[in-house]
Amino acid sequence: MVPITTFHYLVVAAALFVLGVIGVLTRRNVVIVLMSIELILNAVNLNLVAFSRMWGNLNGQVFSIFITVDAAAEAAAGLGILIAFFRNKETINVDEIDLLKW
Amino acid sequence: MNPVVNSALNTTIDPGMAPVATPFFFYLLAGLAIAGGVFVITRRNSVHSALALIVTLLSVAGLYLMLYAPFVAATQIIVYAGGIMVLFLFVIMLVNIERVSKERRFNRIWPAGVSAACALMALFVFAFVKGKALFPDRLMTLRESSNTQEIATMLYGERGKMGQYTFGQYTFTFEIASLLLLVAILGAVIMTKKKM
Amino acid sequence: MLNFVMSYLGSTVTPGQAGNQFWALIYVLIIFAGVSVAVVAMNWIERKALAHFQIRLGPMRVGPHGLLQPIADALKLMLKEDIIPAEADQFVFWVAPLIGLLAAFAVYTVIPFGPSQAVSDMNIGILFMLGVSSLGALGIVVAGWASNSHYPLIGALRSTAQMVSYEVAMGLAVVSAVLMTSLNSTGTGTLSMIGIVQAQQQQGIWFIFKFFPLGLLAFVIFAIAMIAETNRAPFDMAEAESELTAGYHTEYSGLRWSLFMLAEYAAMIAVSSIAVTLWLGGWMRPFPNLLQAPAWQFTFSLFPGLTFLGLAAIAGFGTARMPAHSFFRIQRIGLGVFASLLGSIALLLLLIAVAGRSADTSIAARFSEGIDYVYWFVLKVAIFMYLFIWYRATWPRYRFDQLMRVGWKVLLPISLGVLIATAIVGVIIS
Repeated sequence: MVPITTFHYLVVAAALFVLGVIGVLTRRNVVIVLMSIELILNAVNLNLVAFSRMWGNLNGQVFSIFITVDAAAEAAAGLGILIAFFRNKETINVDEIDLLKW
Repeated sequence: MNPVVNSALNTTIDPGMAPVATPFFFYLLAGLAIAGGVFVITRRNSVHSALALIVTLLSVAGLYLMLYAPFVAATQIIVYAGGIMVLFLFVIMLVNIERVSKERRFNRIWPAGVSAACALMALFVFAFVKGKALFPDRLMTLRESSNTQEIATMLYGERGKMGQYTFGQYTFTFEIASLLLLVAILGAVIMTKKKM
Repeated sequence: MLNFVMSYLGSTVTPGQAGNQFWALIYVLIIFAGVSVAVVAMNWIERKALAHFQIRLGPMRVGPHGLLQPIADALKLMLKEDIIPAEADQFVFWVAPLIGLLAAFAVYTVIPFGPSQAVSDMNIGILFMLGVSSLGALGIVVAGWASNSHYPLIGALRSTAQMVSYEVAMGLAVVSAVLMTSLNSTGTGTLSMIGIVQAQQQQGIWFIFKFFPLGLLAFVIFAIAMIAETNRAPFDMAEAESELTAGYHTEYSGLRWSLFMLAEYAAMIAVSSIAVTLWLGGWMRPFPNLLQAPAWQFTFSLFPGLTFLGLAAIAGFGTARMPAHSFFRIQRIGLGVFASLLGSIALLLLLIAVAGRSADTSIAARFSEGIDYVYWFVLKVAIFMYLFIWYRATWPRYRFDQLMRVGWKVLLPISLGVLIATAIVGVIIS
């Protein structure tokens, strides 16, 4: 069996990233778009931690914690915007969220 | 077996016997993560997507544990799976309208999106292939040993280093992150307040 | 093969440390069986204790003094018809109790019953416990949504909001306890559960008494938050019968409902174990440094046997008091058998304690030590369980907005203050 190298983890991270990009670009439901963004951020985290293991220092891990914090803040803000918009227009379809001001 | 000298660490890591379980768990967790990702972007029902995302997040936490990053794994479970996903589920329940489940899932220009993603994947593959020359073999192969505590200490130094990094080198980043969270909290509270 | 099985015995680290999967599995099975027995016993004690608080008798018919009532309940629940609401999402409806159960039981991996009696002592033990117990909220919100009905949805949202709010205060209280572990010579604390108890041992004081009143305040905050975490009275707005019918588990019947109850009781035991480990000294007997003479050691090592002897005496007294009527013959015999069972366990434990005194390194001594550790831990957790029942019997329910106000506006500032004060005092002292 091929031993697991850093490359394997990078491939998994790339796959998750591409799946997230597809989700952001093709889905019409805003909540699912936000979830795909979370997938993208997770892929980045996995990349960082894999490289941290490879180089043997903790920089990658510490920075990935900050990226997690950032993802949490962004999810909260994004969902807040969604709820505020939903109150006004009763839709969660990205195609119908097309007004800058109502 | 000759010990491998890893000059990045200036130590000698005895290869020993690679445990059989590691590839099994890696493929299991990686498969779960990618399958969860596919379910996230393809399910019609948002709650199913959220559950699939939880599966993905927990598998990625497992992958972190395999990479000897227990603190990151714990943070992932607490913040992502226990916090962000609960928030997502709350919002899904608040904005759940019948109309959504009967509409189309993907938008009209989905071929453009998928081809853009394929182009991105091609870019990644190109980067990996070209970049492989930069990473010599001895850095890419991750040596395992049966004594997991020892290898964690060997890799990362003594206990408490994480705190030293966070409050030493990354103090500024830490403060900015707290400020970011404060701004996000304020923003979320103000945006969702009902107009009195 | 036998070597592999016996190789772990006598080791001073947990099976996780030693890398011994077989013994880790054995420990997991023991914990699983123990928690199930504890949940059954807890069910009986809750009904009898609530009844006695309300000046009535509780279940008396099913076994002697209702001892077989939980078993009868479990059988009934298993044999009931499995009803699923018509429009409910089948898969999610099925998966929701499993998420709650998983979250509740996974916590037991790191609970330290002794210095080497844990399944696996992770370096981040307490963080793992906090994280996994927060996954329980997911199970509840998904269960409420999957029931496709108003009351469960509102109950689930309220329940989850309550759990998430009190998690913050809980986490801060835990951080202030972990901060106290770092007041040693090297200045590094530890997040591992066994390490926290060993820090208490090393500093010679239970953390509840440290920096009085800071440790006590942190403990009280955690105690209040853990009641809210597990949706127990007086914070059980979401599942009380007179409120939202039954909250998130309204539509669940039979075995699925019993899974929810199992998850709730298991979560109660788990958070009580956290409280005991962090503040009440885990597996240490009372006064480990003050009363150090071998005579005191021997006295305290007799406690497990004496406890079971006391229980056997109570059961025997109950047997003697039963009416000498042919109706009660089977009950009398049953209770007598139970009393003699408890008595034989008591005799065994006393024998082990006495034999362990004779030689320090014999098998009996190691057994006696292990039994002592587990006994003191379980005794403290049992006290917490009784307190849970006492609170339910005594205090009125919080209204939901009062509940959220307490969580955010009272507990959070107090726990922040305690954390800062602990840090300042810790820096000043060392």
